Amino acid sequence: MDTIINAFPYLMEGLQVTLYIFAIAIVIGFLIGLIVALFRLAPLKILNWIAKIFVDAIRGTPFIVQLFFIYFGLNSLDFISLDNTTAGIVTVAINAGAYFSEIIRAGIQSIDKGQTEAARSLGLNSTQNMRYIILPQAFRRMLPTITNQAIISLKDTSLLSVIGVADLTQEGRIQASATFDAFNVYLILGIIYFVVIYLLSMLASFVERKFVLR
Amino acid sequence: MTMIRVENLKKSFGNLEVIKDMSTVVEEKEVICVIGPSGSGKSTFLRCLNRLEEITGGHVYIEGVDITDPKIDINKIRQDVGMVFQQFNLFPHKSVLENVILAPMKVKKSDRKASEAKAYELLDKVGLREKAKAYPGELSGGQKQRVAIARALAMDPKIMLFDEPTSALDPEMVGDVLDVMKQLAREGMTMVVVTHEMGFAAEMGDRVLFIDGGYIVEENVPKELFGNPQHERTKAFLSKVL
Repeated sequence: MDTIINAFPYLMEGLQVTLYIFAIAIVIGFLIGLIVALFRLAPLKILNWIAKIFVDAIRGTPFIVQLFFIYFGLNSLDFISLDNTTAGIVTVAINAGAYFSEIIRAGIQSIDKGQTEAARSLGLNSTQNMRYIILPQAFRRMLPTITNQAIISLKDTSLLSVIGVADLTQEGRIQASATFDAFNVYLILGIIYFVVIYLLSMLASFVERKFVLR
Repeated sequence: MTMIRVENLKKSFGNLEVIKDMSTVVEEKEVICVIGPSGSGKSTFLRCLNRLEEITGGHVYIEGVDITDPKIDINKIRQDVGMVFQQFNLFPHKSVLENVILAPMKVKKSDRKASEAKAYELLDKVGLREKAKAYPGELSGGQKQRVAIARALAMDPKIMLFDEPTSALDPEMVGDVLDVMKQLAREGMTMVVVTHEMGFAAEMGDRVLFIDGGYIVEENVPKELFGNPQHERTKAFLSKVL
């Protein structure tokens, strides 16, 4: 019990860092995903290739290698200097972006061709068609998969402890060695992650119910 | 005034030549019904008239503008050419009212108030004012198709294209949709209607086009085309459907 009381404030500080990194990374990641998906579906071949190479590169390499490449690799270049939190956010965002782009691409392609035809026949241009007709429908359909990826990305942030980011996992490691009670600290750590993710998926299913049942 | 002029239209999908050579003219206020066996190219013909299909060869003029010219603004042309689809293609995430006002507001930049007033007027016309706040998923097929007609009319088109508008409907819904189309025809709308409803074609068509094998095989007033078909293929088709 003492362990928990002593460790808890530190873990909460770590949780704040985790949520801060997650919130920024997921928003940037989503924007990356949207842009890459639109590249992937664009009529211009060169954009398709750029998108495909990006997605393949991220999907084909482990997260931790991407993290090391960005933090240690890029930082070894003279003109780049990233602190570990920034490097962490960038890695999570890029990684999530690649997966999001595939989700968004599939979502867009799942919308019936007749929707585009109706929109275009009314005189909407392709941008208006995307914005008012295709994307709103696609996002509703994608929401469960997007939630899934967001949860994976949240858990990926725990790997940032490896480069010394003071996130929830890192605080847990510190407390585990400080208290000599690894069992209870890591148990609590797991419970905190579980609760956060549980709340996140509840929020997602609330949003889903609000928008999807039409 | 000539609304549509089709000159030696050709359309291929890869190696498959769907439209081999079609030419025709549609005058203002004419109702043209297009009939023919499935796979004959009649829907493709219709979809070439607003360039929903890229045209492989020949020319299509809408009010004198060659829409095969890549330099023209096709979105501008499409505002004048309404289209109604077999599968309705209503926007399921938007209410009936929003379906109707979307294009006027986003494309023509009309203000919401004027767009809604116009939308209610059109929904009245198709008998669905009370469904304005409903979503497409809550409507029957016949109601969906009437909303689709109202949606197309909201842009004040000069030409209306109908692609088998009653083919996906339950039989008891067909009449309501045809009634709306008849009213539209009487009001002087220029219409091109791909249909299997021979009764509608006979009653409302100023001319009927029989399409088969990528050609307009025969083109005549309905009385002649149905009563006294000239080509063997027309006769064979009519003997099956009448």
